[in-house]
Amino acid sequence: MAASIAVTANYVLQPPPYALDALEPHMSKQTLEFHWGKHHRAYVDNLKKQVLGTDLEGKPLDHIINKTYNNGDLLPAFNNAAQAWNHEFFWESMKPNGGGKPSGELLALLERDFTSYEKFYEEFNAAAATQFGAGWAWLAYANDKLKVVKTPNAVNPLVLGSFPLLTIDVWEHAYYLDFQNRRPDYIKTFMNNLVSWEAVSARLEAAKVASSSSA
Amino acid sequence: MTTIVFIIVLVIFAANLHDAGATTMDPCLESMKTASLPDLPYAYDALEPAISEEIMRLHHQKHHQTYVTQYNKALNSLRSAMADGDHSAVVKLQSLIKFNGGGHVNHAIFWKILAPVHEGGGKPPHDPLSSAIDAHFGSLEGLIQKMNAEGASVQGSGWVWLGLDRELKRLVVETTANQDPLVTKGTHLVPLIGIDVWEHAYYPQYKNARAEYLKNIWSVINWKYAADVFEKHSRDLDTN
Repeated sequence: MAASIAVTANYVLQPPPYALDALEPHMSKQTLEFHWGKHHRAYVDNLKKQVLGTDLEGKPLDHIINKTYNNGDLLPAFNNAAQAWNHEFFWESMKPNGGGKPSGELLALLERDFTSYEKFYEEFNAAAATQFGAGWAWLAYANDKLKVVKTPNAVNPLVLGSFPLLTIDVWEHAYYLDFQNRRPDYIKTFMNNLVSWEAVSARLEAAKVASSSSA
Repeated sequence: MTTIVFIIVLVIFAANLHDAGATTMDPCLESMKTASLPDLPYAYDALEPAISEEIMRLHHQKHHQTYVTQYNKALNSLRSAMADGDHSAVVKLQSLIKFNGGGHVNHAIFWKILAPVHEGGGKPPHDPLSSAIDAHFGSLEGLIQKMNAEGASVQGSGWVWLGLDRELKRLVVETTANQDPLVTKGTHLVPLIGIDVWEHAYYPQYKNARAEYLKNIWSVINWKYAADVFEKHSRDLDTN
């Protein structure tokens, strides 16, 4: 089973690694105030209440996620646990003045596995745009290959056996205040102005180490 | 097989939505008219303060319109696939038709189950629905509490419904995911009230406070629609 990377999320609401207004004008302060301050906070608070007094209490978050995923037959705590993890991972997937094309080894791997950065962009964009209803689009790493994955609601690549490297939240609450129904514009803004390729590279390094040590 | 039947039922049902501008049912799929966005039966600001004008405009002109457009596109693709005998393509199109056709069907009902206060929005239902509600849920308040609890706990996107089970002759509260119509929970279920709990239905006004949206929407629920549908089906059940 794939190990989780970077995100510890020991049922603590970590603040994003930048001020709530730092992603303006691409993602508004108001969005961060609600998305992090209300939605993400609620997942963390509700998870704590939900595991209290159960055998999940005190267990690491990725343990809870895998246990409650229960091979797709979701147990009650899955939604809060996975969403707590997903959101911390999401804030760390972005940075002020981010976006654009990566370089170095990451670019080489994207070109290897998607033929070009543009093809990767197209595939990631399509996944994010066509995830019906609530969900996420991901760049993930498995079996020494990069791939694009889309997931519904709270599901993430951890439970599908791969290492998440990058994510975009496509629940409507992620973009409605800034973009209303215009999800394609939100995705474009995320790709062009927000992605933290440094975070993605660091996660890729960790994923390679983790997968070679479990090989 | 039953899924294909469901798709055909959905397609024929959607074609018969009068407000959608469709003509009478034509047995030949090729000459079936496409769906169109029904007009809202009231002004965009008529449901204030329960639902803001901003939401109504976006919800009707953007979200519902997109379902209609994408549904028609999918139907066109379905027509070609069927003409070509491309059964893989027919099966593959199911999810697009379900998403977008379901979105169209659900929203067409939604506009009808809402009404401005001065046109009866919020006014409790008449009999026989009223008595049926008391019999099944104890009281109207009891029903509302149950629907609000179920609506609040939908994870992700979906709907909460009050339905009539024509087979078991009783009222039920159900939720469906994404744009699945109530019929996906049972072909004998008839929707009486449906409340959209996708975030787009409330976010600009209520943000994350879905529970408050659910509390307030009852002041503009068109119980007359529900009561009329219930009465019609009760009559049909009695004559069976």
